[in-house]
Amino acid sequence: MSVLPVLDVVLASLVIGVALFTITARDLFASVVGYVAYGLLLAFVWIRLYAPDVALTEAAVGSGVTGVLLITAGKRLGALKNAAPEMRPGLSLKILTGVLATLVAGALGAAILMLPDPPPSLAPEAAAAASGAGAGLKNPITAVLMSYRSFDTMLEKIVLILAVVGVWSVGADKAWGGAPAPLRQSRPYAPMVLLAQTLAPVGVLIGIHIFWTGADAPGGAFQGGALLAAMWMVTMMARLAGPPRIDAQWLRMAMVAGPAVFLVTGLAGGVLAGSFFAYPPGIAKPVILAIEGFMVLSIATALPMLVAGPPSERPDQ
Amino acid sequence: MTPSVLAGLTGAALVGLGLYGLILHPHPLRKLLAFNLIGSGVFLVFGIVARRGAAAGFRFDPVPQAMVITGIVVAFAASAIAVALILRLSMQSRNVTLDAEVWTRPNGGDAT
Repeated sequence: MSVLPVLDVVLASLVIGVALFTITARDLFASVVGYVAYGLLLAFVWIRLYAPDVALTEAAVGSGVTGVLLITAGKRLGALKNAAPEMRPGLSLKILTGVLATLVAGALGAAILMLPDPPPSLAPEAAAAASGAGAGLKNPITAVLMSYRSFDTMLEKIVLILAVVGVWSVGADKAWGGAPAPLRQSRPYAPMVLLAQTLAPVGVLIGIHIFWTGADAPGGAFQGGALLAAMWMVTMMARLAGPPRIDAQWLRMAMVAGPAVFLVTGLAGGVLAGSFFAYPPGIAKPVILAIEGFMVLSIATALPMLVAGPPSERPDQ
Repeated sequence: MTPSVLAGLTGAALVGLGLYGLILHPHPLRKLLAFNLIGSGVFLVFGIVARRGAAAGFRFDPVPQAMVITGIVVAFAASAIAVALILRLSMQSRNVTLDAEVWTRPNGGDAT
């Protein structure tokens, strides 16, 4: 057991070191690669905090999908004529900012060292939710997401849809209804195509497994959906598939399915089980799994569309 | 020092680092990256609140953890909108900068 404290210190210094690299790196691409590595290291910190569900989400969404988003954006910006005019900040501004950042970090650190004891906790309520309305869910995180704080989870899906609408709205008027630009402009390398062909089927299986196992073990709709989204993006990056037109019916239906089913079930709970978002006892687990299934569909379609960006082609093309 | 306090202090340091990058980097995408660093630092601080709130037979408080999961997804959605805005702004002004003077300069887009 004496190895773990050393490991914690090494991990913490690695996380801060890689974060320092992403901030100080000269090149945007290097900085994004640093950020992806940083996210994966951070996932280990989450595991040390007994939060494997958060670790999975951080690795998949926080580091993976965000990394693809930033790399794609960097490529698209690089295609512009005047890339990044250099405006180096002066030394005095650097020092002033450094002092400010140190003060903020110091204040936050002091607050952490002075947290109240005994700590406030909602764990008993969550435990009641896990054994009550969300009956049969052994993973307390899923119980909280789907039962105790179900309204938050539904609204978060709506945030995803609003974000997609926001991204699409930024496109040019004449491109409306068309497809977003491909994630990769040039012809992909053969190894990339091979990777997509071999990885995607396996990844889809793992994604479905993570969703299915999420009721009782770490995992769930977010993590599984993010993995499915990543697999779709891998095939798009290898140009095995292009981004779909944004006016495609199936795409819009898939994106809306998650929150729509969630909301309908919530309203039905008001009639059948006595309160909004209450699940009928006895069949709570199958109902929750059904909602989560549609949520996976929404996440797996919304995340790649957020990365693909606004439509860029004419609809008639 | 317990692992959770160490993780919390790491989070505080990340917030400081991110703030530094957010203010000083001229490139909008680098600013966005720095902002995401701040976000993950805040999540980590929230994570130790979850770890400290261990009760009712759990080794953590599931409620803050579930909120962090929601937070990570929402942070990604916000980043995607920011990227879309940055790209459109750059296409329109033909300049990758947030400096308003560059856009208003006559023929600024073509002066290299």
